[in-house]
Parts: sequence; structure tokens; C-alpha cells
Amino acid sequence: MGDDLLVDLSRLQFATTTLYHYLFVPLTLGLAPYVALLETLHWRTGKDVYRRLARFFGSLLVINFAMGIVTGIVQEFQFGMNWSVFSRFVGDVFGAPLAMEGLLAFFLESTFLGLWLFGRDRLPRGVHVACIWIFTVGTWASAYFIIVANSWMQHPVGYEMDPLTGYPVLNDIGAVLFQPFALWAYAHTVLGGLVAASVFVFAVAAYHLKRRQHIPEMRWAWRTAIAMGIIAAGGQMFVGDALGVVVTDVQPMKIAAGEALWETEGPCASLGVVAIIDQQARENTWELSIPCLLSILATDSVDGVVVGANELQAQYEERFGPGDYTPNVWIAFYSFRLMIAFGLVGAAWMVVAWWRTRKGRLPEGRLFWAISIWIVFTPWLGNMFGWIFTENARQPWVVYDMLLTKDAVSQISPTFLFISLPVFFLLYGAFAIVEFLLLRRYVIKGPPDDDEPMAGQPAPPRPAQVA
Amino acid sequence: MGLPELWFIIVAVLWTGFFFLEGFDFGVGMLSRFLGADEAERGQMLTAIGPVWDADEVWLITGGIAIFAAFPAWYAALFPAAYLPLLIVIVAIVVRAVAIEYRSKRPGPAWRSRWDTAVAIASLLLAFLFGVFWAGIVHGIPIDASGQFVGRSLLSFINVYSVLGGLTLLSFSLAHGATFLALKTAGPVQVKNEAWAARFDVVAGALMTAFAAWTYWSYSRGDAVALAVGILAVVAMFIALIANIRRRPLIAFWAHGAAIAAFVASMFIALYPEVLPSTLDPSVSLTVEGAAASPYSLTVLTVVAAIGLPLVIAYQAWSFWVFRKRITVEDAARSHYG
Repeated sequence: MGDDLLVDLSRLQFATTTLYHYLFVPLTLGLAPYVALLETLHWRTGKDVYRRLARFFGSLLVINFAMGIVTGIVQEFQFGMNWSVFSRFVGDVFGAPLAMEGLLAFFLESTFLGLWLFGRDRLPRGVHVACIWIFTVGTWASAYFIIVANSWMQHPVGYEMDPLTGYPVLNDIGAVLFQPFALWAYAHTVLGGLVAASVFVFAVAAYHLKRRQHIPEMRWAWRTAIAMGIIAAGGQMFVGDALGVVVTDVQPMKIAAGEALWETEGPCASLGVVAIIDQQARENTWELSIPCLLSILATDSVDGVVVGANELQAQYEERFGPGDYTPNVWIAFYSFRLMIAFGLVGAAWMVVAWWRTRKGRLPEGRLFWAISIWIVFTPWLGNMFGWIFTENARQPWVVYDMLLTKDAVSQISPTFLFISLPVFFLLYGAFAIVEFLLLRRYVIKGPPDDDEPMAGQPAPPRPAQVA
Repeated sequence: MGLPELWFIIVAVLWTGFFFLEGFDFGVGMLSRFLGADEAERGQMLTAIGPVWDADEVWLITGGIAIFAAFPAWYAALFPAAYLPLLIVIVAIVVRAVAIEYRSKRPGPAWRSRWDTAVAIASLLLAFLFGVFWAGIVHGIPIDASGQFVGRSLLSFINVYSVLGGLTLLSFSLAHGATFLALKTAGPVQVKNEAWAARFDVVAGALMTAFAAWTYWSYSRGDAVALAVGILAVVAMFIALIANIRRRPLIAFWAHGAAIAAFVASMFIALYPEVLPSTLDPSVSLTVEGAAASPYSLTVLTVVAAIGLPLVIAYQAWSFWVFRKRITVEDAARSHYG
């Protein structure tokens, strides 16, 4: 093994297609419960504003979901096509959460989405509302099982090594499903989705409020998005910290790389804010740091000792023989910081926006609205950098401390990759454009101003437009 | 019967469910392009599968993941070997799903017509390639003693038998799709599909007969069960043909179900006790026992399937019941795909 070109191309394909898939996942996770809430409010109160908002954000949800689901299917095929040694190695453990996703979540999502989309006139109103909630449960369950599978690769538990084959064999499914790493990573993922959806709703509302159109609907969206965004981001700070402590415990090298910490420090380890990293010399040429903060963040204590990459590298060589067990520190350090910055800037701006629009004011300033609209991209960048951090900073392992990434690829000809990579780039590139233009078109069109009634109700009178 | 055999059967059941359900979706995807007189009729046909096609496709995901989870060695040998067909499959899956969903997102015949063509081509490729895929498995691929695919060829799945398998599934999907539309639509579209269902059944029945005979003589061990399943596939297709000629699409629909179950069963019976024959050396072929996951893992999967599958079948059946009404052109225009 060790055909570098094959490994690099396989990694490039998996990384790009996964990140592409993850363009769609956070919005589905966050927008599904939002639309479900709107449907419920309309059902209980009968107010037309909720109906129009549910229609509007529902159609955006569906456009987004269509791409999310098929790009997810691609990933499940790729495990076998490009990572067959990995698949053979982990199948006994890894297959279980994937099978659970298929049987317990995926069917639920797709069946009840169909019922919600087409069942408006065929189902009693309460049952129809229940369908969008069941769909939401399906999407959240789906994310859970995938995070469980990923967490097992980050921190394998609940297995024993088969003495005959040398492969891990499942012996405790409970440990796999409920290990702290998986639970915190799941909370982190879902909150990332809620933050993304709130910033999305916020920016869409900003677009219409700036133009003083659809005011009753968009004021409601604006206010709820701010509330949801600030709560979710606040929760994310707590959850992200808790996950960080777990990671420090089970993947110390990831934290050492993420903090560009070469030498063991502590008590009172300092947190680097900016650093110039020299991977070859295994040191930082220059850094700006805050004393003691790393100990607090990584270990929940000022006295905590944080182990550096050099000591960990020595430990790894002792355990696994010679080799480079240090991930790319430059990528780890900066992706970690960009994740946090992009993840939180939206909610920070929401605090400003809430203040500027309190008591129903609508500011005149162009800059205020421009920032409120363009900020829509930040949670996506935050989510991307989060995955880049967590997957890059666990290299060279694909299954932590067990299977090296370079040993996990299918032994196929690189020619296969030279065919599939351009195919994916062309297909995904073209569809990214179609998807973006379609979403933009629907956002600009705004909530429906048709008089089409919902199931079992007379057509509502058309409310006057506030100019 | 041990857990590996049980899961060998469950894999067969999941793929049967996929071909039975998604089979008519593939058929409708092609027929909407070729039988739809205008954009409205094409929309009518796609609306007939609108609420269900996505859930039908999950049978594929689950069928694939069941191989991964229950038979990791099978999955690991098979998927790299089928790289090119599977690459085309995933491209077609992406294109088709997006096309069905996005066609209605803008008015205008040019936008819709382009997506309709994409749906038809993707459906055709999928129906054909899944037949090639499974017949190719029955035929075998070059795997070595370590259970790894050693071929460097992109065409290891292409041979006369596998192409016949592809054409069989393609023609079956057309017949099944036309039967479904005869059941689920009203107006001119219904009349057209009633006529075409019988015509496609002639072709599908002939190809099914050829495929069943070839499977029996060249790949099975020639036992009575293999013979019975082969005959069942042929007889069921004949019943479907007669039913469609007599304009009884519901009978034809279920006869297609029996035929496709027999089609899948004939291949699994031909494979057993192997899951993937090696064309290099029969003694290194992957077997049901050899490729299976551990007993603990299979027990977990069995519990999941025992809870999940009945539920899935129950709520999917309910969803078919909710959407039992025939779709007219006017219904379609008012629907989510309008």
C-alpha cells in the first residue's frame, strides 16, 4: 500500500463531496423544526401570517433538502467505492449505526416529507402538522446516527479485536451509541444547524425589511430568528467547551494541533490567538497568547496540564513505531479559530440588530441592512471549518489509533479517480449554481400573496401590503 | 438457519422492495417524457409518484447498507469492482432527484422540458444499471484470496449475461411504470398507459424468460427450487401481460411484484452459498458465512430490522393509502409539483 497519489485523490474526493453535502445539512436541521413550529402555530391560531411564513420557509426547506439527501447517498456509496479497506475493517461496528439511520430515520424522513408536501388536502389538519414534526424527528435522528458512526472513528469504543482477522468486532452497542464524545458532538452539530438556520431566517427577513415589504411576516421572522440564534449560539459556547474537554481527553493530539501547542504546558497553559507555525521545526516562530486560558478551556481548571504535540509524537512512536503522527498544525490551528469566529459572529450581530430594531424601529442605514443580509454566509463557513478542523486534526488516522488513512483506500487504479473527480466537480458545481439561483429567486419572491386556502379552510382575505 | 442466512434473505427482500417500488418510479420517469403529450401530462405522471418516490429510493440505501453492515467483506469487494457503473448510478440518482424536485420550481416549458429529459435519461440508466449490477454479481468478478478486487478494468461488470439482466430490469420498469400509471391516473394519460403496459409486458416477459433460463442453466445448481423460482418469474409476467391486455392493471401490478421477487430470488439462489463468486479461482469466492459480520453485530442488526422494517412497511403502506386517489391533470397543477 502507500500509493500516495491514490490516497491523495481519494481524500480530495471524499473531503470535497463531504463538505459539499454539509452545505445542505445544517439548514435542514435548523429549518425543519422552524417550519414545523410555523405550521403548528397556524393550526392552533389560524393566523394567516403563520401560513404564509410556513409556505415561504417550507419551500426553501424543500429546495435545500432535495440536494442534502442525494449528496448524502453519494457518501454512503463512496465508503465502499473508494474506502473499501476501511469498510472491510470497520464494517462490523460502523455498519450498525448506518443501518439504524436507514431503517429508523431515513425512511421516516422521506415518507413523511412526501405526506407533508402532497397531503395538505388529503389529511386532517392535525395529522398533516404531525407529518412535518415526524419529518423533523427523522432528520435529527439521521444526524444522530451519522455522528455516532463518525464519533466511533474519532474514538473507538464498544469493540474487541478479532484475533483471527485483526478487525474490531462490536461487543457493546450501548457504548457506541451513548459515548460522551458522540453525545456532545451531536449536540454541537444540531446547535450548529440551529445557528445556521437562525442566521438564514434573519438575513432573509433583513432583505425584505430593508425594502419595507411583507412587514408583518418578516418582523415575526426577524424576532424569532434573533431569539433562536442567540439561544443556540449561547448553548453552543457551553457545548463546544464540553466537547473540547472530551476531545482533550481522548484525542490529545487534536487539541495540541488545534492550539499549535508543541511543548507540554501547565499549570496555567496559555492560549494562542495568532501564531506563525513552523511544522518542519515543530515550533511556533511567533505567537500572541493569553495566559492560563488554554488550561481553563481544555481541562476546566487553571491548574490543568495540556500535553504538547512533541511529547505526544514521542508517545506515538513508542506505541506504533516510527512515523509522523502530527497533523497539519497550520490547518488545525486556523480552522479551529475560524470555526469559532464564523460560528459566533452571526449571533453577536443579532444582539446589535435586536438593539437597533427594538420597539419596532426599522433603521435607515444601508450598512446595517447590508451586514444583516451578507452575514448569511458566516454560519456556513463556521460549519465548514468545524469539519475541516475535526477531520484534519485527527490525521494520520482514519480510525483513531487503529487504522491509518493511507492504509484505508480501495486498491483501485488512480484512473478511476481521474474519471470520478471531474465528474463530481462538474456535477456538483453546476448544481450548486442551480440551487443557489433557485433559493435566491424564492427568497426574493417572498411569502406567497396568493389566496390559496390551506386544507379545510376558506380562503383568507388578502391582508393589505404595508408599503 | 443461522443469522448470516437470515441476513442473506433480508438483503434479497430489501432489493426486491427496491425494484418493486422504485421500479415503477423509474418507469414513470421514462414514460412521462415519451408518453406525455405536453408539459401538463408529464407533470401529471410525475405527480402520481410525487409523494412516494423518495421513500421508495430509501429501499436502495437500506439494501446497500445492509450489505455493508451484515456482510462487510462482500461490500468491500463489490463496490470498488463496480466503480464505473456505481459512479454513473450516483450521478443519475443526484440528477434525477434534483430534476424531479426542481422542475416545478419555475414555470415555463423550456425549464421544465429540460428537467423532464434529465429525469427520463437518469431513470433509464438506473433501471438498466441495477440489472447489470446484480447479474454481474451472479456472474462473478476477479477477486483474489484476500477477498479484494484485483481488476484494473472499469468494465468488469459488463458481459452478455449482465447486459441481459440490465435490459430485463429496464423493460420490467417500463411495464411496471405503465401499469402504475394506468392505476393512478385519469384521462388520456390513463388510456395511453393501459395500452403501453401490455406492449411493454410482451418485451419484459420475453427478456425475463431468457434471463430466467440462462440463470437456471448457467449459474444455478439445477435444483428444483431454482427451477420453480425461474418458472414463477415467467408465469407471473405472463399473468401480468394477460391482465394488462384485459385492462386489469391492479392484477398486473401485483403479478409484477411476484415476478420481480422471483427475479431477485433466482439470482440469490444461484449465488448461495456464495455472495460473490471469483472469476479467477472458484475456491476463493466470498461465501455467506465467510463474508458475514460477527454474531453480536448481526444480532443488533436483527433487532433493528425487527423493529424498523414492520414500521416502515406499515407507514409506507399508509402513505400509499392516503394517496390512493387517481391523479388528473388538474390535481397535478394544484399539487406541490404544480
